[in-house]
Amino acid sequence: MNRFYALRPTLVLLGIFTLLTGVIYPLSVTAVAHAAFPKQAHGSLVQRDGKVVGSDLIGQPFADPKYFWSRPSATTPFEYNAGSSSASNLGPSNPALRQRVEERIAALRAADPENLDPIPIDLVTTSASGLDPHISPAAALYQVSRVAKARGLAPDRVTQLVYTFVKRPALGLLGAPHVNVLHLNLALDSMVENQPSTK
Amino acid sequence: MDTLVAAGAVLSLLLLVYLFFCAAFPGETLVSLQSNLTVVVYIALVTALAIPLGLYIHRVFFGEVPVVRRVLDPVETALLRLAGVQKDTAMDWKKYAVSVLVFNGAGVVLLYLLQRFQSNLPLNPGQLPSPSRSLAFNTAVSFVTNTNWQAYSGETTLSYLVQMLGLTVQNFLSAATGMAVLAALIRGIVQKQTSTLGNFWVDLVRIVLYVLLPLSFLFALFLVANGVVQTLDPSPLTSWISPSPSVGEMGATGTGVALGPVASQVAIKQLGTNGGGFFNANSAHPFENPTALSNLLQMVAILLLPASLCFTFGAAVKDKRQGIALFSTMLALFVPAALYCIWVESQPHPLLAGLPIDHTASQLMSGGNMEGKEVRFGTDLSALWATATTAASSGSVNASHDSFLPMGGMVPLWMILLGEIVFGGVGSGLYGLLAYVLVAVLLAGLMVGRTPEYLGKKIEAFEMKMVSLVILIPACTVLVATAVAVSIPQGTSAVGNPGPHGFTEVLYAFASAANNNGSAFGGLTANGTFYTTSIAIAMWIGRFGVIVPVLALAGSLAKKKTTPPGLGTLPTHSTLFVGLLIGVILLVGALTFIPALALGPVVEHLSFTSP
Repeated sequence: MNRFYALRPTLVLLGIFTLLTGVIYPLSVTAVAHAAFPKQAHGSLVQRDGKVVGSDLIGQPFADPKYFWSRPSATTPFEYNAGSSSASNLGPSNPALRQRVEERIAALRAADPENLDPIPIDLVTTSASGLDPHISPAAALYQVSRVAKARGLAPDRVTQLVYTFVKRPALGLLGAPHVNVLHLNLALDSMVENQPSTK
Repeated sequence: MDTLVAAGAVLSLLLLVYLFFCAAFPGETLVSLQSNLTVVVYIALVTALAIPLGLYIHRVFFGEVPVVRRVLDPVETALLRLAGVQKDTAMDWKKYAVSVLVFNGAGVVLLYLLQRFQSNLPLNPGQLPSPSRSLAFNTAVSFVTNTNWQAYSGETTLSYLVQMLGLTVQNFLSAATGMAVLAALIRGIVQKQTSTLGNFWVDLVRIVLYVLLPLSFLFALFLVANGVVQTLDPSPLTSWISPSPSVGEMGATGTGVALGPVASQVAIKQLGTNGGGFFNANSAHPFENPTALSNLLQMVAILLLPASLCFTFGAAVKDKRQGIALFSTMLALFVPAALYCIWVESQPHPLLAGLPIDHTASQLMSGGNMEGKEVRFGTDLSALWATATTAASSGSVNASHDSFLPMGGMVPLWMILLGEIVFGGVGSGLYGLLAYVLVAVLLAGLMVGRTPEYLGKKIEAFEMKMVSLVILIPACTVLVATAVAVSIPQGTSAVGNPGPHGFTEVLYAFASAANNNGSAFGGLTANGTFYTTSIAIAMWIGRFGVIVPVLALAGSLAKKKTTPPGLGTLPTHSTLFVGLLIGVILLVGALTFIPALALGPVVEHLSFTSP
């Protein structure tokens, strides 16, 4: 064996593995995925009236008081930028964290001044991805009074709707209870549209 | 029978540790029953899968894989012939080490060039420019060393092509390198009076073909079924239902949704303890980790191979109890840390005290510290993941470690500082732990005045020198690099949070780099030249500064005779020895790092309690 004994295996194997694990492997996963799970593979997109209005898995902001609001988001340059996921990275002792939470509390209170319930923690903190599609059931129930008022609906009906969208931890054990905000709001829109006119 | 006794003894030890932990905080409902059960289910799944997989890997290491081999043997033979490698030529430790270094060095060059030519290459639908020289170098070293530290944001920096052809490939090869080095060390322990340790090229090919590729393929498909994306299409645009009037045009009406060949990369990222995310948010991103189920299976995948290799070791030394002892050591260090982290993160956030906020866990919410955590995971799965990903050298995250409470964030940092041996990286975790085993053996030998032995091999001065290097090189790198960084403006200007938390960010960064974990306290702006360069150097030293002495150790052990165990031989599978080993690990970790930890998370924690 000469001094460069490692050279040929290095070049050959690096080349072959690049082809095998960098081309053949991902492409064959893609091919099988597209045949078996086409919706998931393309991002679980949601359409309404022929328009893509989001994804089952990606959160979006809802500005109007008549919708359930998502959690705050730390993505830049705008909230829920699904092209650039990000957390706030605010440390637990950073005064900026408390300041932002105070602002969010003020905004929620301003939108529904009569509701003096304590606000669920997830509704005033940002997620790790900035794209959290969920809020806790408690955070949805907290918003019922505002949504019901804005839409002129009975709070009980809205509460009922929230409960139909509550997902309990998988297997009763793993994960935390959550509500998909987009699904809930789409159902809210269609519930109002299908409401029989009472005249 | 002995196995059962050993397992029972270790379980009781675990229970004792846990009871002690409960007693230390009286009057508190510590961790809920549900959180406890989650940890139990998790550990049970890892163990149940790791035992058969470990035995299978043992056969791969020693060249007997009957079923898969019938199909893939022609591929293996063809690959090796093309590479000019003869299957039965074994290498001595120096040749093995040179092969590892040359192969990994070439990997860095290839990955660097791929990134630098990104803008000229196809499959770049976002038309991303090529990353800068220092960033490309940092990323190349990072993925080759199995660290997967990311000073860039995936979806806005790297094209589909570079993620597939560059990063995915190194995810496989760095994991395979770690396992190959472990295989060489095991051969060094098992064989007698020989100078050879096997053939690196044969090991590499077999590990990729028979272990990593099939597992990743299955796991990737499972992930897609759960909602992880896998496509080469460009980002679609979505229009929001309730646009915001207050922000710029793009953010007002909708957003582009980043996609990519994600599932294929996430599968090997978790199985290979690599941890580099396709997206910036890593496994917190709903497209990388959409559900509690995908989260559980990714957590299992993080520990799976490092855990399996304990059983591989037991099978190879023909004494299952040795493997069980090592596995129990890892568990005994892991479980209390995980429970502690879960408990801390379930507490109300002290900075938000006095505000009208509901922090309490209930049937309707996770509660606790939800800053930087996803609702679908809650605080339990975020804290459990954080402990697992840093115990193993994965470094993928499903929550923002930077926003954990001070003592909660100290848990992942502590797991990294222990040297990535509690599960650790694939291969590297076990060879690191074996170094500590030799320290424990030496200590026990000194106590009774006998020449220390491990599995029939005499442990002498040369072995202890190599072991010292394995333990000291990463530890010194962490402390020296952190000290330099906090003393110069290039280092301190990059921290993202004021006070002791900023110090923790720097300490975490170098701990993560030198121990090849790769997770981050994300607040540190690590893409400047100072951090990209110093972290790249730390990663290289932490990887190959350990691999070379490990191989030298293997070479030296292989040359020795095996002495049959006698009356005075220290049994290395007993509960007593496991206890001694845990003591050694904690003692070395504590003596080395407690001063640094006191300056960071401990001070930050105390600042909450004292006004």
